[in-house]
Amino acid sequence: MTQSVTQTKQTNSSPPALRLRGITKRFPGVVANDNVDLTVDAGEVLALLGENGAGKSTLISILYGLYQPDEGTVELRGQPVRVTSPAQALKLGIGLVPQHPLLVARHTVAENLALGGGSGLFPARGVAGRVRELSGKYGLEVNPQARVSDLSPGEKQRVEIVRALMRGAQVLILDEPTSVLTPQEADALFRVMRELKADGRSLIFISHKLDEVLAVADRVTVLRRGKVVGGRDTAGATREDLAEMMVGRSVDFTRKRLAAARPETPLLTVRNLTALGARGLPALRGVSFELRQGEVLGVAGIAGNGQSELVEVLAGLHASGGEVTLAGQPLTGNADERFRGGVAHIPEDRIHSGTVPTMTVAENLALRDYARAPLARGLARDLAATDARARQDVEAYAVATPGIHTPSRLLSGGNIQKLILARELNGSPKLILAVHPTYGLDIGATDQVHRVLLERTEGGAGVLLVSEDLDELLSLSDRIGVMVGGELRGPFPVAEVTRESLGMMMGGAHPTVIPGADQGVIA
Amino acid sequence: MRFTALSAPSAARAAWVTLAAVVVALLLCALIFVFYGVSPGTVYGTMLRGTLGDSTGLAEVARRTIPLLLIGSGLALAFRAQFFNIGAEGQLLLGAVFAAGTGLFVPLPGPLLLPAMFIMGAVGGGLWAGIAAWLRRLNVNEILSTLMLNYIAVAVVTYLIAGPWKGKEVRGYIYTDLFPENGFLAVIPGTQVHWPTLVLGVAGALALQWVLSRSTFGYALRVVGENPGAARYVGLSAGRVATTVALITGGMAGLAGAGEVAGIHHRLLEAGQLSLGYGFTAVIVAWLARGNPALCLITAPVMAIILAGGDLLKIDLNMPFRVVDVFSGVILLCLISSEVFIRNRVTWGTGRPAGSKANG
Repeated sequence: MTQSVTQTKQTNSSPPALRLRGITKRFPGVVANDNVDLTVDAGEVLALLGENGAGKSTLISILYGLYQPDEGTVELRGQPVRVTSPAQALKLGIGLVPQHPLLVARHTVAENLALGGGSGLFPARGVAGRVRELSGKYGLEVNPQARVSDLSPGEKQRVEIVRALMRGAQVLILDEPTSVLTPQEADALFRVMRELKADGRSLIFISHKLDEVLAVADRVTVLRRGKVVGGRDTAGATREDLAEMMVGRSVDFTRKRLAAARPETPLLTVRNLTALGARGLPALRGVSFELRQGEVLGVAGIAGNGQSELVEVLAGLHASGGEVTLAGQPLTGNADERFRGGVAHIPEDRIHSGTVPTMTVAENLALRDYARAPLARGLARDLAATDARARQDVEAYAVATPGIHTPSRLLSGGNIQKLILARELNGSPKLILAVHPTYGLDIGATDQVHRVLLERTEGGAGVLLVSEDLDELLSLSDRIGVMVGGELRGPFPVAEVTRESLGMMMGGAHPTVIPGADQGVIA
Repeated sequence: MRFTALSAPSAARAAWVTLAAVVVALLLCALIFVFYGVSPGTVYGTMLRGTLGDSTGLAEVARRTIPLLLIGSGLALAFRAQFFNIGAEGQLLLGAVFAAGTGLFVPLPGPLLLPAMFIMGAVGGGLWAGIAAWLRRLNVNEILSTLMLNYIAVAVVTYLIAGPWKGKEVRGYIYTDLFPENGFLAVIPGTQVHWPTLVLGVAGALALQWVLSRSTFGYALRVVGENPGAARYVGLSAGRVATTVALITGGMAGLAGAGEVAGIHHRLLEAGQLSLGYGFTAVIVAWLARGNPALCLITAPVMAIILAGGDLLKIDLNMPFRVVDVFSGVILLCLISSEVFIRNRVTWGTGRPAGSKANG
């Protein structure tokens, strides 16, 4: 992993528009950015590629002044700068187009753009002319009089671009801009990006989609677990090249799953599952699969392709159509009833749904059964029993905490995850839904989580493992399916897939063209 | 001035910051009095002498503590569940209406009348808050709905005392007839301190503290209030919890309303005379107690001193009757501003965090 990634095509001796040197940012228990170097030239589009948790968001937050790096420097046109706030970033000419537009829906475009930038009475009036000018120059097609609530996601995004341009942004960061767009809108965005590039501005483009990166970026830098692990010009690169870089190869890759599953007894049967996503669009389009006793079924996929909905439906948190049975019985009821029926859920967001950060370790360990014996007698909680069990759990799962009465938010990510495991695996679940179970964890904690999950399969439990870390999937799963656009490809026996073939299916804009997919064999 | 987030603010820190906020508020009010042309010394002297200085004053404080304690402890619980009830004023009035209706029109044997009035008072207050809880399920913000229900409650009271419930022997006044003697609540002789309601308030505050810290419902309430995402994850119905909390907080305010009519007025009368802004002042009581119902046993009397003392300012110093609102407003403002000092350590200086003021 010693590719020279800081090298850029320096056509002249002038310094790059933006250069990051040795940026390191640590959070409790996680190194989000580890000695990251990166450059962007004027008139260049740099794609920042990486899985969830690779450190892209942290890096952007540092660039835009939301975080301060622990180490390293940011240079603009050769001058070191300190970006202390978003306002400061804008002043320095760094603009951000957020993934989800931050606009006042009831106001017009001009009024929104006047916010914080206009002056005096009727601030929107002066803005309108400027909007038309920029809009015409870059083909943005933004009508300053339109009300934001009437705009499509793509139009709102263009308003954000205009906003950044009006503030004089020379470096423009686009955070997963295509995730909310239709293909046609995405094409329009790319035309705008090319215009901006031709005008000498620098663009940083964040995306998971390899086709898009190839279509619009000049150069790509790949992050993995906080580090820059590769980079190259996109000219002459193929999707396979990018997929390989993004997915990476970990040095100590070993298959942790040794014993083959006993694939006879079906545990979970899912037939033609459908569900709507957050914006009322289909998130699951007829997913069917079978999970067998003692099996680890891996689900790969890029965020937003229906994995979250699949897990939420199974956990009883999301309405759905279709048919699900667990051990022969229809799986129904709310989250609590399903948990009691043997469905454990290690959620995607361990802080915002897996725990109550202000509550103590002991209270969090009681989250599932605080109202049932032995933790409660009638309407009263048994605090002694709660504490006693917490002590047991903390010891059994080696949760490092100052005490069982410490608020869980003071724990590191790995220890919070151990706490969740301890709670979810209490009582013997038949089905374990594990979503990014090792996201952001260090090697020790990752190992422990993997070991615990595999132990449970030996007792007959089935694990549905959703992860964006292909190494993790390949190392633990018996079979792996790929979620693309709300459909499940596969699952394929782990011996028949490779990191590259999975990466291709995940990143492919048109998954149906993957050769061999229908046969269940990926070359 | 720089803020550094504290990972675990202690209870002691919360206590002294809260105390400091109250002191700052009193200093700010002192400044206002100076501009008004009254010496702050005179003002605070009058307030203290007239409230804590003699038995009449203490009785006035106790009388005002009663509704503040009942309402405040209910609000403390509601705030913990992130149900922002600022309609306790209206819930108190509805409690008074239900209690008065029972006292006036329900023929019950003597000893049963008062308990029935209190129960109906709690039902009335609970129903009024229940409307807001139901609206919240339809995505109507409870801050707005409870606030606006206050005005409807005032209108309901006015309609009843001027219309169908207008007393037969009251001539031009607008209020109802007196309740039968059985509907008069016992008071400490020579005062308006209806002590049974005070006992109810103390018991209520302690009971709600138990609910919050020891009951399964209190646990659910804290999960819903502190992390709705986790509540959803374990299948807890946030709507059901919010409704229950609304019924409790409204019921407590309703009890306060029942206490006021049964203990002091013995009839239903104008909203402005029934409640001296207890519903709003109790918000401060709950906030000072930082969401702990039992702590309202301390904070309710503190605010009662300010309410009773404010009355003296009107009478003894001829100050405008809005002076109490000035107090309440400034205290609430200081309390809200003080949150940041509980959660953060403050360092003074221009440059880097503490310890490296190299070029100050």
